[in-house]
Amino acid sequence: MDRVNVHFEDLQEGDEITDWAPIEKISRSHFVRYAGASGDFNPMHHDDTVAQGVGYPSVFGHGMFSAGVLSHYVTDWVGVGNVRKFGVSFRGQLYPGATLTFTAKVTKKYKEGDENRIDATLQGVDDKGTVIINGTLTAALPSRG
Amino acid sequence: MVDKSIVGTEMGGGSMVVERGKIMEFARAILDENPVYFQEDAPAPPTFTMASAHWPSGTGGGGAKLADLGLDLLRVLHAGQEYEYLGEIKAGDSLTSRAVISEVSEKEGKRGGTMTFITSETTFTNQRGEDVLKARTILVQTSKAAS
Repeated sequence: MDRVNVHFEDLQEGDEITDWAPIEKISRSHFVRYAGASGDFNPMHHDDTVAQGVGYPSVFGHGMFSAGVLSHYVTDWVGVGNVRKFGVSFRGQLYPGATLTFTAKVTKKYKEGDENRIDATLQGVDDKGTVIINGTLTAALPSRG
Repeated sequence: MVDKSIVGTEMGGGSMVVERGKIMEFARAILDENPVYFQEDAPAPPTFTMASAHWPSGTGGGGAKLADLGLDLLRVLHAGQEYEYLGEIKAGDSLTSRAVISEVSEKEGKRGGTMTFITSETTFTNQRGEDVLKARTILVQTSKAAS
């Protein structure tokens, strides 16, 4: 995979990224693997009996699973080590079988000290159009200069 | 209702070692195959410190627990998470953390009732005494359903 990240000159305020590859066939295995990696073993994310017992159709993903996958798209875009701020709010449940698609929009381009920075908004939506996660990003980008 | 006087309350602190194998495992869990996470001095992915859940502080480090603050944990959800990256975190680092309740606010819910947002801010400091990360956890306590 191409790991050449975006440069400051490549982006303008208002630019939208809509061609990130969707993650298809979200599965219980994704949630179980994230539970093990993070240490978050809330049964709502791996035990259907518990999730259905409180009215959900099935288990659903950790908010921080979606946030982590989103952060991976972000670091592929701006480069590992260039993220200055990253924030998320959880809006909907991510269910097994869903396809998750992330997009980004550059909202601001500016200098901060000697860094070239961008602010962006981020969003993750499932294949039914439900917003799963909203996010914000501040990144310092390399210059071509 | 959550008493706004809980702002400033110190929560339990903790410590964790940033392990190379855990970074690989975390990277795989967020579907990230970037080779940088599979090398010896791997950096921590942006949300890696969630794995501090594996490093319980035993007795809780002397700080308050959420239940001590008058929260009803059955009505508390994780609403959001924010990170401010102040320095590098790499495999081999030892981090200590301290958390404080930084904000309490209320909002009327769409279906009636009041939602209370509680923000806990955790500062992570490395083995050289440098603050490397601020992580804010935003919790929401919903009122009893006005159905």
